[in-house]
Amino acid sequence: MTLLTAFARAEAAASGRAQRIRTVRHVHLGRRPLVVIPLQLAGEACAPLAVMLGDDPGKARLLTVYEPRDRARRFEFAADLAEVILGHLDGYLPADDDPNDDPNEDPNQDPDNHRDQGAPAPEPLPDAPQLLVPNPNGAAFLRLLGRSTRLRRTDGEYAVRPTVPLLGRWLTHYAERAEVPGSVLLLPMTTALADHWATGQSDLEDANLAALLGWIDPADGLTGQQAARLAEDPVRCPPAGPVTDPTFDNEVLEGRMAAIRDATEAGDGPALARAQAAMDAALHSQLAPTWDLMWRAHALLAELPEAAHAQRRWKDDRWSFTAQAAWLREGGAPQPRRDSAVAAAKRLARLEREQQRLAVERAHDDPLVMAEYRLTGEAFAGTVVDADLTRLDTGGRKPKLRPWLIVQTADEVIVEPGALLTCPDYPSQSAKVIQIAGKNKNNDDDDNDNDDNQTTGATLVTLELSGGMGRALAAPPGSTPAEGDEVTYTTLRDDFQPAPQFPSREDTPWTHGGPPPEYVPTDDDAQEPWS
Amino acid sequence: MTGRQPSATAQAALDRLRGRALPKNHDARTISALAANPGCARRALMDAAGVDKQRVAAQAGFPAPFGQSRFAIVRGNAFEAQVKENGAAQLLILLRDLLKLDVSEVGYTDFNDVGGNSSAEVRHLHTRHVLTAPDQPGRTLLDHPLLRLKVGGRSAYLEPDLIALRLDGTFHVIEIKSFAVIDGQADPGKVAAAAIQSAVYVRALRDLVAEAGGDPAAVSHATILVAPRDFSSQPTAASLDVRRQLGVLDRQLSRIASIEDLLAQYPGTLTFDLDPDAQGRPRRPAAELTAAIGQVAANYAPECLATCELCFLCRDEAGGTTGALGKPVREDLGGIEYIAQARSLARGQVPAPEQAEIAAQLLRAAQLREQVLGEAV
Repeated sequence: MTLLTAFARAEAAASGRAQRIRTVRHVHLGRRPLVVIPLQLAGEACAPLAVMLGDDPGKARLLTVYEPRDRARRFEFAADLAEVILGHLDGYLPADDDPNDDPNEDPNQDPDNHRDQGAPAPEPLPDAPQLLVPNPNGAAFLRLLGRSTRLRRTDGEYAVRPTVPLLGRWLTHYAERAEVPGSVLLLPMTTALADHWATGQSDLEDANLAALLGWIDPADGLTGQQAARLAEDPVRCPPAGPVTDPTFDNEVLEGRMAAIRDATEAGDGPALARAQAAMDAALHSQLAPTWDLMWRAHALLAELPEAAHAQRRWKDDRWSFTAQAAWLREGGAPQPRRDSAVAAAKRLARLEREQQRLAVERAHDDPLVMAEYRLTGEAFAGTVVDADLTRLDTGGRKPKLRPWLIVQTADEVIVEPGALLTCPDYPSQSAKVIQIAGKNKNNDDDDNDNDDNQTTGATLVTLELSGGMGRALAAPPGSTPAEGDEVTYTTLRDDFQPAPQFPSREDTPWTHGGPPPEYVPTDDDAQEPWS
Repeated sequence: MTGRQPSATAQAALDRLRGRALPKNHDARTISALAANPGCARRALMDAAGVDKQRVAAQAGFPAPFGQSRFAIVRGNAFEAQVKENGAAQLLILLRDLLKLDVSEVGYTDFNDVGGNSSAEVRHLHTRHVLTAPDQPGRTLLDHPLLRLKVGGRSAYLEPDLIALRLDGTFHVIEIKSFAVIDGQADPGKVAAAAIQSAVYVRALRDLVAEAGGDPAAVSHATILVAPRDFSSQPTAASLDVRRQLGVLDRQLSRIASIEDLLAQYPGTLTFDLDPDAQGRPRRPAAELTAAIGQVAANYAPECLATCELCFLCRDEAGGTTGALGKPVREDLGGIEYIAQARSLARGQVPAPEQAEIAAQLLRAAQLREQVLGEAV
């Protein structure tokens, strides 16, 4: 949390309406996202109870597991789910008979490291399927569902349909990709909303999708708080899953499941059909309100203009989808139960790099994010009051173009001379701080100061520019800020350290367990009990 | 722990607070919850008096958001029964690995009732007698022993799932949970809750051993968590070091003001009685009950929503405070207590000297939001 967000929360609480904390949408929204709302049976590790899913708000599809504690029923469900999800994914994959569409010839490429390969990068698939779930627990459930299905065998004892392990591998891929900062391939809705609006309640309460939306978009005549309180009533707003309302379990679900059991034991076909329809209806009543909320949330997010760098991150998501598709087509092995030491270290380094990159991109895309840095003194915004755009540095053997700017700002400036800054509008240009002068508003007692800006105080920052101006000794017009321009300079820079060198898996040091054995899925994996 | 029993007057005062309802006793879960928020006088007082907070909250118009699915209860009981069946045969195999138990250590003692008597007092005395006897022939696993812990001057009976006793005389508390451990990993929140509950049992068992003149260190801080492995119902066991939780628990329990001091702060007329009719239906007006509850200060934080039956009532009461938005918000706002005050400072109200710094920051925050969003705030 930052002071700016905390203040926005206070404003939201007082005004009864969520406050925007972003001016643009930092998440890309897919062309036809697939909304997936899973429910699980309470008390079980990963017993799917029902899923409502679809890519059309008017066509929700409900899949029900009539006896979630029966492993055979679970795998049947997994096969049904695979049909829908893999069917959706297929719409984004190149046709099998068109080899020219294959963007990735080398199946040994690390699927998440295309940009590090040196050779000019091929293009990823033009689009990728996006999955939207209500909350992070929904994403965690899909991960577990992936874990429990990706290692199953399609032959021998406990054989499953071939689509089941394939679904497991895709779900695992989506769940792992969701850990990458800025990735939106699998997007929990509460995370996306809470990232763009501050509500007048705590972040623990924001985990409730209905309550969060109540603050952002309350029904007519209600304050955000009233709407959120109503949304906490599980009868009015069933939980968005994957955990169900315990009262629903005890008062409705248990009876419906018992009726199905009885009808099955009695061999009474019509009674079974009626009982199943009754359970479908009960689960539909639990899921349909969340389905509507998901599409409402989607529409609210879609109204915000997309941030400039969201496409860059989405391209990475497309890459990850493209590479996984290629890996699967080449018959690559499923993801192991645990990462090896080297793979885990690489992954962590990558997540850290992406986290930093995301922070920079968001600040550059969004003045409200940049305002957080201005508040802490890591950035300042102001007007160019003087510019010497033809200034040459003649100290070296050859003269170099080093224009000077003087920026007047009312922000507090805590950077020191010598610091390197960047301006979001000129990302490839560095600005070195030469001098900081003028009156700071904290020095009000300094009577001799005859600064011309008496009211807010102003600081004059002299900057020396380099880079991004071509090779000539005169900067092309538009390659630098000019006198009178409004500019923002920040210490937040897009300068990523190259990834550290990691040993190959064969050279894993003994401190990390030595070289791991090659991962081969075993019978043990395939036959682990699922009850 | 303080071994003091509440005085007769204190006991009478607690009975009066509770009114005509049957007392609800502490268990490991409530002690963990209390230890998580030791500054809450409301909870401390109500728990000490054995008040049924769930019913009080409902009568005051703020029913608690808790409930437990029968599916979860059934699954939890079935797993515990499975682990314990055949003298906990499956568990013993796991414990031989984890605790280096000798193969000969297989004894199983059931404390669920004593010769048909299942009263708490009898079971506790029996537990104490057996656990502190000079020799322990053939006892390895002790099923549902009944321990006792003093909380705020009042005893609470506690029932760990199992205790393992090794030949060398060390005790290990065993907690059986039905959440899954998948590929060696479990939900961190659930493991943390299990660890603090186990620490409560370790504390109680150490008190018992110490009272009998034994060495409390014989009760190991390495407790054992037994849970289903992966997607199966096969148990797996892992050692949980609860030293940190014990430290927290001891510190928090000592902070729970002794009940006499707490009682002295409130008028003798204060009661949470629900005024039940002949059928036990509560009749006390909500406003009157709420006013009574309001006399005892609460220490609301959003975390209470997961642990305390009174949470909705306290949240309502805490409206307008920055703390109700979460601790991080309160801290970012410089510890200012009321939302209205933070907003006035952001609009240029002259701050008190100690608030000058945060006031300048708030003013700046409001200006920046206005500047960027182009709307007056």
